[in-house]
Amino acid sequence: MIAPEIVAEHGLSEDEYARILDILGREPNPVELGIVSAMWSEHCSYKSSRAWLATLPTEAPWVICGPGENAGVVDIGDGRAAVFKIESHNHPSFIEPYQGAATGVGGILRDVFTMGARPVALMNALRFGSPDHPRTRHLVAGVVSGIGGYGNCIGIPTVGGETGFDSAYDGNILVNAMAVGIADADRIFYARASGVGNPVVYVGSKTGRDGIHGATMASATFDAGAEARRPTVQVGDPFTEKLLLEACLELMATDAIVAIQDMGAAGLTSSALEMAAKGGVGIALDLDRVPVREAGMDAYEIMLSESQERMLMVLRPDSEEPAARVFRKWGLDFAVIGRLTDTGRVALAHGGESVADIPVDPLVAAAPRYRRPYVETEPPAMPPLPATGVAPLDALERLIAGPELASRRWIWEQYDHMVMGDTVARPGGDAAVIRIHGSARGIALTVDCTPRYCAADPRAGGRQAVAEAWRNLVAAGARPLAVTDNLNFGDPQRPGIMGQLVGCIEGIGEACRALDFPVVSGNVSLYNETGGRAILPTPVIGGLGLIDDLDRRASIAFAAPGQDIVAIGATAGHLGQSLLLRDVLASPGGPPPPVDLGIERRNGLFVRDRIARGAVSVCHDVSDGGLLVALAEMALASGIGAEIVPPDGVDALAWLFGEDQGRYLVALPAAAGLVERAAAAGVPAAVIGRTAGAALTVSGHGHISLASLKQAHEAWFPRFMAGR
Amino acid sequence: MRAAVIVFPGSNCDRDTAVAIEAAAGRAPAMVWHEDAELPAVDLIAIPGGFAYGDYLRSGAMAAHSPVMRAVAARARAGTAVLGICNGFQVLTEAGLLPGVLMRNAGLRFICRDVALRVERADTVFTRRYAPGAALTLPVAHNDGNYVADRATIDRLEGEGLVAFRYRDNPNGSAASIAGIFDPTRRILGMMPHPERAAEAVLGGTDGRALFESLAESLA
Repeated sequence: MIAPEIVAEHGLSEDEYARILDILGREPNPVELGIVSAMWSEHCSYKSSRAWLATLPTEAPWVICGPGENAGVVDIGDGRAAVFKIESHNHPSFIEPYQGAATGVGGILRDVFTMGARPVALMNALRFGSPDHPRTRHLVAGVVSGIGGYGNCIGIPTVGGETGFDSAYDGNILVNAMAVGIADADRIFYARASGVGNPVVYVGSKTGRDGIHGATMASATFDAGAEARRPTVQVGDPFTEKLLLEACLELMATDAIVAIQDMGAAGLTSSALEMAAKGGVGIALDLDRVPVREAGMDAYEIMLSESQERMLMVLRPDSEEPAARVFRKWGLDFAVIGRLTDTGRVALAHGGESVADIPVDPLVAAAPRYRRPYVETEPPAMPPLPATGVAPLDALERLIAGPELASRRWIWEQYDHMVMGDTVARPGGDAAVIRIHGSARGIALTVDCTPRYCAADPRAGGRQAVAEAWRNLVAAGARPLAVTDNLNFGDPQRPGIMGQLVGCIEGIGEACRALDFPVVSGNVSLYNETGGRAILPTPVIGGLGLIDDLDRRASIAFAAPGQDIVAIGATAGHLGQSLLLRDVLASPGGPPPPVDLGIERRNGLFVRDRIARGAVSVCHDVSDGGLLVALAEMALASGIGAEIVPPDGVDALAWLFGEDQGRYLVALPAAAGLVERAAAAGVPAAVIGRTAGAALTVSGHGHISLASLKQAHEAWFPRFMAGR
Repeated sequence: MRAAVIVFPGSNCDRDTAVAIEAAAGRAPAMVWHEDAELPAVDLIAIPGGFAYGDYLRSGAMAAHSPVMRAVAARARAGTAVLGICNGFQVLTEAGLLPGVLMRNAGLRFICRDVALRVERADTVFTRRYAPGAALTLPVAHNDGNYVADRATIDRLEGEGLVAFRYRDNPNGSAASIAGIFDPTRRILGMMPHPERAAEAVLGGTDGRALFESLAESLA
């Protein structure tokens, strides 16, 4: 007899428990309850978001595999495919930042190499609480060193990302890690088990008592005692992951593997059930054969452990011995722990007794899906601008020296961003660029989200996150191919939060459709709230694009003095939700900038065409902080200054700091041809100044030296981390 | 030049190093697994960067006692050129083929960035294509790059001209800003910076290429 409080402890509602009784026709035993509760957790089942996720566009001629597998797969030509996904490790990283972040990296890497791809790049999107919050510094230090500790050791470059601070994340930080791999397009591996009688094989690390019920933890809000959950955090071992990576890729070069699935959230439970469900087969496991780290582990612990660096595979008959040799060579455990069956059930034996016997399909089919009630967010009206002005260059200096825009060098110098010898564009630009090994082609990568836009208007914010990712890829000279999304929100059982989720997904869908930028993989992280206080809605978009010729790409650094600077796209001076209002004029509010997807596409295609034809090689997208911040970033990246002239009759602050979308800055020796072509294409393009000297000059508003701007830009992060 | 690249299970710059060697020498190096006690006949043995056996103990400490390192030591004593980059440098010191040790960076953080170096000797098989005193920019990427040795050892390295490269702006606290050292025969070089990561313009620098070209020319 299972007591109601045990059911509640497993995160199951009364209704959900009744459904289990109905399917089994009896009470579950504790092992079965643990298995089903993990399967039906928000983290594994997406029960609150699935109906809305289904509205996202997922197809394009270049998509080989969309959502539902371990990662998305897109065709990148020459018989190769890019395999990529982003995933959150928010809850564990708040509790134990080093291991939480490290195992987040390990988990997302397994998702990629499970599919047969060699990982070639890592990215991350991080959100921390206010810099003034007493925990923030500790969390930043732990997360950054955890990400570096794992990626540096396994030898996969961490090439970029974004980091933000806001008091809304004081009690729930976000750690989203993205991995990208490259595979032969005709050698992709899937989780679909098949072949009754085929051996089910466990490889990798031994199973320990760590991380038990991590998936259930990640499906609940925090209360005051979050630290007490530390035993649910897993411990990472990047060296073992390196062995597992090499061993798996070595075995994948043969034809031994029928299906493969990593053991991530909910460990052996979810890998076994997913493989069985996808293949429509049953699976019988003898848990006595599972390699364990310590004696006396019971079936419940073995099935729900989230020990890292483990994989489950179905092999072809007669492949056991050659496969075992590969894993022995790499010093890893290899154990045949079961067989596929024709029963459609997962049957577990331990100590010679049956400890669980549950039907796969009915439990998967009956997994709860909720259409939770929601209330849409009403976008705010534009407040009157404060009468107190500010000198533009003073505002620039404050912004670029503040937490939002200060240089992230302190972070990315702790990540080996060059290992593997193919990093073409290092962190700090619009997009990272990785050469496709052995070719002259490359992939461009970015992660983007502007949570303050999403909070003010979820739908516009969702559109903007996609548009900015697309624009960052375009600005590097890439053809944007596809998206992986990481939807981070609060408690979906609150209608206001659910409204944010719905709005953002709708906005993402609209933008992805308009920009031919399908969603091929992703992750949803809900319940990011503590004591009833939710994070800002943070739908992080990871974008991947293709560069056909690495000699024809663009970077943000000015190339030479004396070049024309051209603003592409219209500047209306939209200050709602701008950094100028929030961080300088202390008057946050208003609606975020509108995203006209037709204009976005038109302007972007024009810019990309110019870069692809070799006419433009210096380009930067205009986003947070507006035009003057973009200009300063181009100058700081090159050490070359600029002189710009605001047009007659405009409000200088709005023109310089407005965050209108669909804009780029480019610099080139002579702008006439570009401006002419833009006019013909119906794309606004205006020469706003020239590159020159070692200062930034805004005509009529003075100048600031690059040396002092650089000092201001670089100083904040090291000073903050040093506690000064 | 015939070359071998040693591959430990946690090596992660083995491919990068092989690419740079092949580009300079015109032939691919042999990749030699850490359990192999035999080495092919080669003119150069390269020990690449990475985390040989995870380096949870002191970096390179376990690798120094691997079967392949016994073979490397024997070849080194017989005069075969040996290049250790990053983790390879750590392994060479732990194996006693070079003096001193690489400790945790003075700032206690991993450092990945371009650093400015000075070429201290341009008359060796590794550096003959550089000008003496030349300024180079090469990337570093390490947690444990802080070169430490006793005073007598540093004095000997300086006095005998065994410092290969020196940091111009010491990133990790290394004694005498040492970035790389030779053994007394100048046939063994250990260095923390990564020349193989700066051997192609598309990767942001070419200052490392001459090191591989020097070897290819010297050991042809």
